[in-house]
Amino acid sequence: MTTGLWKLVLEGVWTTVQLLVLSALLATAVSFAVGIARTHRLRTVRFLAGFYTEVFRGTSALVMIFWVFFVLPVAFGWQLVPLWAGTLALGLTYGAYGAEIVRGALTAVDPAQREGGVALSFTPWQRLRLILLPQAVPEMIPSFCNLLVELLKGTALVSITGMGDLAFSGNLVRLALQESAHIYTYLLLIYFAIAFVITRLMRGLEKRLKAGIGKDPGTESAARELKRARTTGVGAAGGGVA
Amino acid sequence: MKWDWSAVREFMPHLWDGLLVTLQALVLGSLISFTLGLVWTLLMRTPTRFVRWPVGVVTEFVRNTPLLVQLFFLFYVLPEWGLTFSALTTGVFAIGLHYSTYTMQVYRAGIEAVPAGQWEAATALSLPVRRTWTVVILPQALRRVVPPLGNYVIAMLKDTPILMSITVLEMLGRARLFSQQHFQFTEPVTVIGVAFIVVSALASLLLRTLERRLVR
Repeated sequence: MTTGLWKLVLEGVWTTVQLLVLSALLATAVSFAVGIARTHRLRTVRFLAGFYTEVFRGTSALVMIFWVFFVLPVAFGWQLVPLWAGTLALGLTYGAYGAEIVRGALTAVDPAQREGGVALSFTPWQRLRLILLPQAVPEMIPSFCNLLVELLKGTALVSITGMGDLAFSGNLVRLALQESAHIYTYLLLIYFAIAFVITRLMRGLEKRLKAGIGKDPGTESAARELKRARTTGVGAAGGGVA
Repeated sequence: MKWDWSAVREFMPHLWDGLLVTLQALVLGSLISFTLGLVWTLLMRTPTRFVRWPVGVVTEFVRNTPLLVQLFFLFYVLPEWGLTFSALTTGVFAIGLHYSTYTMQVYRAGIEAVPAGQWEAATALSLPVRRTWTVVILPQALRRVVPPLGNYVIAMLKDTPILMSITVLEMLGRARLFSQQHFQFTEPVTVIGVAFIVVSALASLLLRTLERRLVR
């Protein structure tokens, strides 16, 4: 590959990273807003949040991207810059998945903690901010890590609409070189490297957050692993791949 | 925003044709992912490190890279190697392979959830390895894996539109073709969006019934 083609690929990497960061931010905001709304005491709020989740989880991400890229401009007469259109479609879709993570973690907090807040006559907002979220957020991190990797893989979808991300520039290089195996192997390796960085960062974050509320991550699963190896005699096979 | 019902009516036959292809891809892809996933899981439990290590690396790699790029890889590289398949076959295989790395985790969790006493009992009865698996472990593990596997079937359904990019005319592919011919984007794309919601809602309903049957 020539330097010019490598430059094209690097530009694609940059677009993918931008898209990933922006849509991850939007998805996080949506997750928390919708996830918290699903535990709201008003039925209407819960219903609307649930409706949002069902619609965005029910349709395919690619259909949503198509809708934002092709239907929005025709139907409403305004068109977004591709980067923002991609961010919107991905952020809203993956936010719906994230909302379920937030809701699950919030409901998993020991009910006594919520009651404690009520007993101390905290306002709902104080309860959420001071009691529920600090305990729920560390529990969300592993699921959010998975979701972030899913989102990274989802960014490749926008290439179908002609946005110059990594997958798209890879395709251009393939057309230029007529040499598919190499370029796609490189692409897969680059995506894998980004995913690897994400998992490492999230693991570090989880460790810090859990230490912050006096929990030691890791020991629990390690103990379970040890016990299984001892009792079943099947070894710790299958371990290592998280 | 103008909504044209006649366009919807005109698109309907295309929708059915596309739905048929989508479901076909879904069923075959699921079958491949279920079988391959089980194969990966069992390989990961073999005592030799030389089997576990490569399987672990490959599946981890497949899980963490985009299905779209894998699809392109198979679609453009396999013919270079002299292996020519139809676009649908390639797509089904890509989906099956990609999701097998997910179902593998499901099987692993299911097998680990079988109580240790079951293994010990099999050892006490000195059952051979094969019988331990087929008679004791797998029947108990497979019951637990149905709900999570079902979730991945729905996830696969929502990934089938990707096949459009390698010329398979499933639902989204038909919608795109229709919109290009009729210059009407709003109706077909919205209609297939609704179709996806309906199909995935029906699928989850079906799964819940199946789960209830199995638990009993």
